[in-house]
Amino acid sequence: MKPTGPDYVKKRYDQVYPGGIDEWPVVHLSKNRESFVKEVAKHSFDKIKSITPSRAALIEEIENTLFREKLRIKRNSWAIDPPDEGDFLKSVEAKLLEISNLKDESVIDEMLDSVLNEMVFRYADEIAGNFKKSRYRMARSIATFGFARLLNASRARGFWSIFSTKYRLQDKIHITGEVEQLRTLTQKGTIIMVPTHFSNLDSILIGWAISILGLPAFIYGAGLNLFNIKILAYFMNSLGAYRVDRRKKNLIYLETLKAYSSKAIQKGCHSLFFPGGTRSRSGKIEKRLKLGLLSTAIEAQRVNYQMGKKDGLHKVFIVPVTINYNFVLEAPSLIKQYLRLKGQERYYVENDEYSTSYKIGTFLLKFFTKGSDISVSIGKCMDVLGNYVNEDGKSFDKHGRIVKTEEYFTQDGKIVSHNQQREDEYTRMLSDRIVEEYHRINKVMASHLVAFTAFQMLRKKFQKLDLYNLLRIPDEDQVIDYEEFKTVFERLLNKVYRLKEEGKLNTSPFLNQEVDKIIRHGITNVGMYHSKRPLIRNRKGGIETQDMNLLFYYHNRLLGYNLEEHV
Amino acid sequence: MSNQKVGVIGAGSFGTAVANILANNSNVLLYARNPDVVEEIRKTGTSAGQKVNPQIHITNSLEEIAHNCNVIFPVVPSVNFREMITQLAPYLHPYHTLIHGTKGLDLNVEDTRSDINRQNVKTMSEVIKEESVVVRVGCMAGPNIATELAAGRPAATVIASPFNEVINEGKRLLRSDNFQVYGNSDLKGVELCGVLKNIIAIAAGIVAGLELGKNAKGLLISRGLVEMIYLGRALDGEISSFIGLAGIGDLVTTATSTSSRNFTCGYKLAEGKSLDQVLQEMDETAEGVNTIRIIKRLADSQGLKPLITETLSKVLYDNMSAKDAVDLLMRYPGNIDIDFL
Repeated sequence: MKPTGPDYVKKRYDQVYPGGIDEWPVVHLSKNRESFVKEVAKHSFDKIKSITPSRAALIEEIENTLFREKLRIKRNSWAIDPPDEGDFLKSVEAKLLEISNLKDESVIDEMLDSVLNEMVFRYADEIAGNFKKSRYRMARSIATFGFARLLNASRARGFWSIFSTKYRLQDKIHITGEVEQLRTLTQKGTIIMVPTHFSNLDSILIGWAISILGLPAFIYGAGLNLFNIKILAYFMNSLGAYRVDRRKKNLIYLETLKAYSSKAIQKGCHSLFFPGGTRSRSGKIEKRLKLGLLSTAIEAQRVNYQMGKKDGLHKVFIVPVTINYNFVLEAPSLIKQYLRLKGQERYYVENDEYSTSYKIGTFLLKFFTKGSDISVSIGKCMDVLGNYVNEDGKSFDKHGRIVKTEEYFTQDGKIVSHNQQREDEYTRMLSDRIVEEYHRINKVMASHLVAFTAFQMLRKKFQKLDLYNLLRIPDEDQVIDYEEFKTVFERLLNKVYRLKEEGKLNTSPFLNQEVDKIIRHGITNVGMYHSKRPLIRNRKGGIETQDMNLLFYYHNRLLGYNLEEHV
Repeated sequence: MSNQKVGVIGAGSFGTAVANILANNSNVLLYARNPDVVEEIRKTGTSAGQKVNPQIHITNSLEEIAHNCNVIFPVVPSVNFREMITQLAPYLHPYHTLIHGTKGLDLNVEDTRSDINRQNVKTMSEVIKEESVVVRVGCMAGPNIATELAAGRPAATVIASPFNEVINEGKRLLRSDNFQVYGNSDLKGVELCGVLKNIIAIAAGIVAGLELGKNAKGLLISRGLVEMIYLGRALDGEISSFIGLAGIGDLVTTATSTSSRNFTCGYKLAEGKSLDQVLQEMDETAEGVNTIRIIKRLADSQGLKPLITETLSKVLYDNMSAKDAVDLLMRYPGNIDIDFL
């Protein structure tokens, strides 16, 4: 199991901010929480006013919000919801009624503004995180200590091994890629880390990686549902999380949420988004990203320029990260959901493996005792338009020429004002660049490649079948002759090497061995702890699957490289 | 509003016409690659057979264009486009806006390779984005025959760009009493309209040259549009733009106008001239010839079957006579009229 290869980083890092935790932007933010919430509310207020230029449009938006919120309370209320919510909505309703009876236009506008103000302030306060230094330190040590114990106990076997220090977390989770650049630029600008999202483990992993790399805490939006669980709420509050309530889809809430992120970035808070939105259901690398939060990075950069903050100290840097697993615990339910959705079934119940503290406990136990190695690849830093930047934070175009990022926002040497449509388009371009980088830094593991080869061979053999029928072919048809498999696998492997040379993807060091060994390693590791395995060798030496859906899931990881042409 | 000069790159007949339209509203800098041509335009006051508005400043320096203009209209043949952009790129900044008027494709592989795919075939906007830092890119397409524009007869064009500000800027600069400007957010779709219609324009020239009549022309235009949509889809374009001004609008104009270059090229082929002869007789590029070559190669390696394009390719490169080509098309087993909506 010992990982080998020079590209695996395993060392201790100093803290990036030598002054320690007191210098962290997130600490400044939480110290001034009250005034920050006010700023967010103000920003959101202004934005909503600009989106609803007429009085009628504003009233409609408020009524809309009121209606949806009442419905939410009735149909889907949670323990964490504040008890006075109903009363608040009633008071808004009463004021709207009062407004509808008024004649004086200036009084109407004044009252409307104050209603909107109350609403955004309430949302801003609800969203705002509550970072506490002492808790952060505590949470960090609990996590590191606890994980290390678990790891040693599971690896070394025997009771006393629980005190062993032979293995550290870094033996299990390998951080590779542009680590030094990330550390340098953390001090020179504001980092937005955008990882792929396959498993609920991701946020814990990234949190750990950030801490082990000596970086300050990053703020990130965590689903409000997670705050229902006490133990998670404790950790997340201390790790700089702010609350995202996915039940609230109204404009006023969404704008306030974006305002929070944008303002925090403007204040220099390093942030973490999972731009895919939710875990990838299919196992594919995200192709379409959620543009809402991503747009706040561009907005914050533009605002910084408008405020005269030049590149160098207040530049926003985007860092794509991929997390590479051989084994995703929730794969069976994720792929089931994906297939149901794709199959146009009307209903689906999200089966949450993480709904109680107990379930999380068993999950972590399973991960540390069973899960195979994981690697985290850190991509190159980019500016908000997707240009690579160097150690000094300067941007370069594809041809190595220096680009001034502020010039994306200027005309005749002056910073031009806010243009939403332009920034929406910039967000789309940034999203495309992030997806491109994901594919480039993605580490192809032996397990991915065996799954890909096997599934594509079956697909080719049963070309006439659509996906759903292919997933249901009888067991005897699922067997692949080993020699045939090896021929195709080798062809794909060579293609993978070629793509690596062209800088279009990355590979795990396990791919640098004899083909038979790679295949063996891949089959052993792919989805290794599912009760039904995606791939096994049968008694006669052939290759077969015990679960076509899982095989499909792990295969999906390598879509997007046109490898299927070579099967 | 910016009072800056507007740049036009390329002093061919369309480039000159665009520069003249722009000169109604702004100061214009017109670039010609050849210093002798610059001298001649300055001396004679005419370019590509058109009178040049005296307000227009002629230059031979790309740096001057990039330095003085926020908005630049590149209008050079597709075969020279990438080279021109690479020379211009060092002077370009992210604040520039480029609206091109070139209806052709770029093929970025050697002539000998047979396995080409969509990634090797680029539209002009893709070339601009590949070679420079400019992001605000648009194109100008539609029924715009240079001589008619020069005569100030009524016409319209489409400015396509994902950026509203590019469309608005294009409108502001080009709009005049006799020139209407439409906006479209589907940049690639509109580019492909302009590119693919040139193929059909060559075929229309052949139909006219062989005096096959109006029924045949109607047949060609309608089947031609179907083929354009088929190819447009294969090149990942949206098809809705094909029924707009840049699609059907431009197709009807080019396929019926004797002053269109691609039409003329087809007409001469119908007279039995070889491609080399035809090219020699014409002083400006017929983009359709290049497009047919690129689409044919793409079709061969991707398993596409664009019937009209393949037949034209035989006429251009395999010595098939125009008459045989028509016979071949007419004998082709009947098809479904519409299968794409």
